[in-house]
Parts: sequence; structure tokens; C-alpha cells
Amino acid sequence: MIKKGEWVRIHKIILTPEERAPQVPDDTRAVPLELWVKGFLKADAEIGDQVEIETVTGRMETGRLIEVNPYYTHDFGKFIPELLQIDKQTREILFGGGK
Amino acid sequence: MERANDYASVMGRKAEIMLKSVGIDYSKFESGSIAFDYEKMMRETGYTLEEMQNIQYSVNVGNTPILELKNITALARACAPEGKGARIFIKDEAANPSGSFKARRAANAVYHAKKLGYKGVIAATSGNYGAAVASQAAIAGLKCIVVQECYDSKGVGQPEIVEKARKCEALGAEVVQLSVGPELFYKFLLLLEETGYFNASLYTPFGIAGVETLGYEISMQFREKYGKDPDVVVCTNAGGGNLTGTARGLAKAGAHPAIIGASVSLAGLHMASDEAFNKKSFTTGHTGFGVPFSSWPDRSDVPRSAARPLRYMDRYVTIAQGSVFYMTETLASLEGLEKGPAGNTALAAAFALAQELDQDKTIIVQETEYTGAGKHVQPQLSFARDNGIEILFGDPKDEIPGKNIILPSHPSLLKTTEVDLDKMRKSLIRTAMKTYQVEEPTEEDIRFLAEETKSTEEFVRAQIEANKAEAEK
Repeated sequence: MIKKGEWVRIHKIILTPEERAPQVPDDTRAVPLELWVKGFLKADAEIGDQVEIETVTGRMETGRLIEVNPYYTHDFGKFIPELLQIDKQTREILFGGGK
Repeated sequence: MERANDYASVMGRKAEIMLKSVGIDYSKFESGSIAFDYEKMMRETGYTLEEMQNIQYSVNVGNTPILELKNITALARACAPEGKGARIFIKDEAANPSGSFKARRAANAVYHAKKLGYKGVIAATSGNYGAAVASQAAIAGLKCIVVQECYDSKGVGQPEIVEKARKCEALGAEVVQLSVGPELFYKFLLLLEETGYFNASLYTPFGIAGVETLGYEISMQFREKYGKDPDVVVCTNAGGGNLTGTARGLAKAGAHPAIIGASVSLAGLHMASDEAFNKKSFTTGHTGFGVPFSSWPDRSDVPRSAARPLRYMDRYVTIAQGSVFYMTETLASLEGLEKGPAGNTALAAAFALAQELDQDKTIIVQETEYTGAGKHVQPQLSFARDNGIEILFGDPKDEIPGKNIILPSHPSLLKTTEVDLDKMRKSLIRTAMKTYQVEEPTEEDIRFLAEETKSTEEFVRAQIEANKAEAEK
């Protein structure tokens, strides 16, 4: 059980494929327009429940509860060895060899 | 009575919502035909240069240093013909509170919002502007909502945009994240209506005027340190505000360098496509914004955009994604400066452009941006590789956006591609006539279109005739 007042993230569909703007390309029109937002849970709930939250600006939003204490996982990615070759080459041109 | 919130109904309330949330009656500047009074709009709704400087300096924005890139200049000279290779400089805008020049736009917009009594500000942006507005709102004690296009339909986020969301939240903003699609504007309008907050649009006169201080500072700092103005200023061009504001500020200083716009080439990738979304390795500074917004500025979130880059551009060049990553890496390895890739678009262009100029000339890149997890050459290339984009060494001219990223196998292969400005000028004139359904433009329209396209009345007349001939066919 996730308690009222916990910091959570919700997901909701705000436009179904049928409701989307007329100008969107076909691949985009095939899928809904989705929204994610974070806030404080207004009542005890379980993951997957339809809930109401209050965001940091004091706005109410409703949606499906998907995460508690959501956190970022973006990082510096997997190593790209080509970058070492760029460093080596440019330093060689400027400072290397007979210079 | 309950308001209808379907797409068409909300879009139908656009004008009313905009008037309330921006506080500008744009009809005051309209002529009733194609022309509108751009300078009057900038004068009556913007701020004087001195006022803007005072606003910005009071919140620690601006007065960023200019750095000379001596090693990158030496590398350019090693690639250039004998005697060529202008001195390359950058204005280190990453030193602003939110890590980019966007702090200048945000400082003015937030100041204006507070002055008018708004309780909060909303910005629709996946770029550095979000953090800039969040930062300024934090200082002003206003609430802030940033609306981002962030994920594809599989829920995969662009690392560069995810990082920007993190930064906005770190600065106290509410971040509303959406999947791919132009209907971001629909949600943006709904939020403005719901909250009554100020629309901190990138394209209002206050936002654009906020960048004028950047151009002005370049001239003042250059004169003080080098005794003259720079010969060339290169601006990364997306929505056009960066270039417009910088050029206007330079003119206010009495400086007239060549103004060159530069965008990362994303030719062939559809901007509203769910599938193409994560095949891009740049989410801003690219041709997907730069070309349409320069050819027709009034496609933004305000009725008349204050960002009108075609008025100020002397040249417009594109550069391949791999070349920008290459220069970003080189900036770290030769100059000891780690900066975000998108902000280095103009730097990559300047590296090639400097090689056209004599060694006693100077060329300045007018921005840098902060870097970090997700927003860095390493994660952006890693993300591309994970999305099936081939990364290889070769000639950048063989790069196909969405298929491969070509890192130049030698720095001498790093070149810009010229955009045909006359073609864009013609497109602007055609769109203006179509949009305002004007068949016989007035004298005022012709003068206006000549200013809009930095051309002549003769050029505009010839284009109008050509359009007529085309229509009669």
C-alpha cells in the first residue's frame, strides 16, 4: 500500500489516436498522446490504481499510479571508444610529431 | 458551464487564452494586411537595453566571459590554406545561472510576469529554456510549469530531454512530460487556462529583447579587450530568437559583423514522427526547427513572433551531427572545456568558417551550454548506437540523419553546407501572401517583406510576380 502524501508519478492518456490533431503523421496518429507527471498522492492506493495527485504547483491531476519516489536513471551511456581516437588525432596534429 | 476540452475546442480558444496569458494585444501592431509594425511591437512591449541589463544583472544573469580558443584556432589553421584561419572565440553562456543563454530570455519574461501580477509561469519547451524559466521563477518566488515532449510511444525518453526535466525539477518546477506530437500545444493551452499563469513564450518581445544584452556585451567586451568588434558572429539557429536578439544587440552597440546562422542537419527526419523521435541525436539547434522558423516565424505559440531571423542573417549554414560531436570532444580535449553538444553547433560551423577568413580576422561563437548526464557527447552517441544508428569515421558529407553519424576521419573534412537564403526568402513571401490571402500587396506590405527578408523591394516585387505567374499556370 502506498500512503497518502507520498511522492509519486502518474501516467495518463490525454488524447486517444482518434482524438489526435489532424496534421500528425500516420505513425504518430497510430498511438495515443500520453502524459507523465509527479505529485503528492491524495489518498492511499496501490500501483496501477487510478489516483489523484497534487503537483508542486498545487495543481490536481488524475492518472494511473506507476511509481513511488520516482528517480532519474539517465547517465553517461556506454563507452564510445571512437572519442579516444578523436583526442589522439587532434593532439597529434597540434602537439605531436616533429612540432 | 463546463468547457469542452477536446482538441478542436481548445485550439478554437487559442486567441482568447493567449491574450490572457501573455498580456499583449497584438492587434495594435497589425496593418490589416501582410505588414505589421515589428519595431513598434518591440518598443512598446519590450524593455530598453539598459532596463534589460539592470533586470538581468540583478538576478546574476549575463556578463559571461569571452574565451579565446587558441588551440582550436591552431587546429583550424593546420587544416586551412596558407594565411587563413581567423581567431576563434566563444562567449561562455553556460556560466549563466541555469547553464545557458536562455537565462537572459527567462529573466525578462519572469520579471514581466511578476510585474503584471501573475502567480506563476508556464513554458512549453524541451530545451534549456525550461531550466532557465525554472531558475528565474525560483528567484522571483513564482510557480513554474514546464511542458516537454520527452518520450516516444514505447516510453523511451531522449536522454538530453530527460536531463533537462531533472534540472527543471531540481529548480522547483513542475514538469509535465508528453509523448511525441504537436498536440503539446493543446496541453499547454489547457494548463494556461487552468492555472491563469503567464505564458513565458520564447517568442514574446520581452524574451527576444532579453537576448539583445548578449549581442551588446559581445561588442563591448571585444572593444575593451581587442580594440575592435568581431568580424563574424556565428549563432546556433533553432527558433530564431538567439540569432534575432544577438543581432539586434550588436546593432544597438553600433557593431555590424557578418551574422551567420548555423543548424545541425537533420534533413529527412520528420519532427512530429513517433518513430523518428529517438533517431535524432540532437533535440535542438537543428534544421527541423531552424528552417521552418526562419522561413515562417509566425508558426510559434504567439500571434506574432519577435524572433525573425531572416531579417538579420547574412548567411545560414548547416553542419552534420557527427561534426558537432567531433568539435564537442575536441573542445574538451584541446581547450579543457566540457560543454553541451547542441550549444556547440555554431562552434563546429565556426571551425570551418574560420578557414575562409584571414588570420587577422576574428570569429565569435555566441554561446555555450552546460553539460551533464544525458546531455553530453558520450550518452548522446551511446543512445544513437543503442537505437541502431551506425557511428563511424569518414567524410561528414556522407552522413544520413537517422541512419548514421559520421565522425570526420580528419578535422579538415569538417565543412559547412550553405543554405540557399533566397529560397527561404521566396518561401516567406509566398507564405505571407497565402496566410493573409493578399493578392495585391500594399506598398507597406512590400516594404515590410523587404525588411522581413533582408532583401530589396525589387526582390519582393519580382517574387510576387513570379507567384502570380505560378498561380495562373
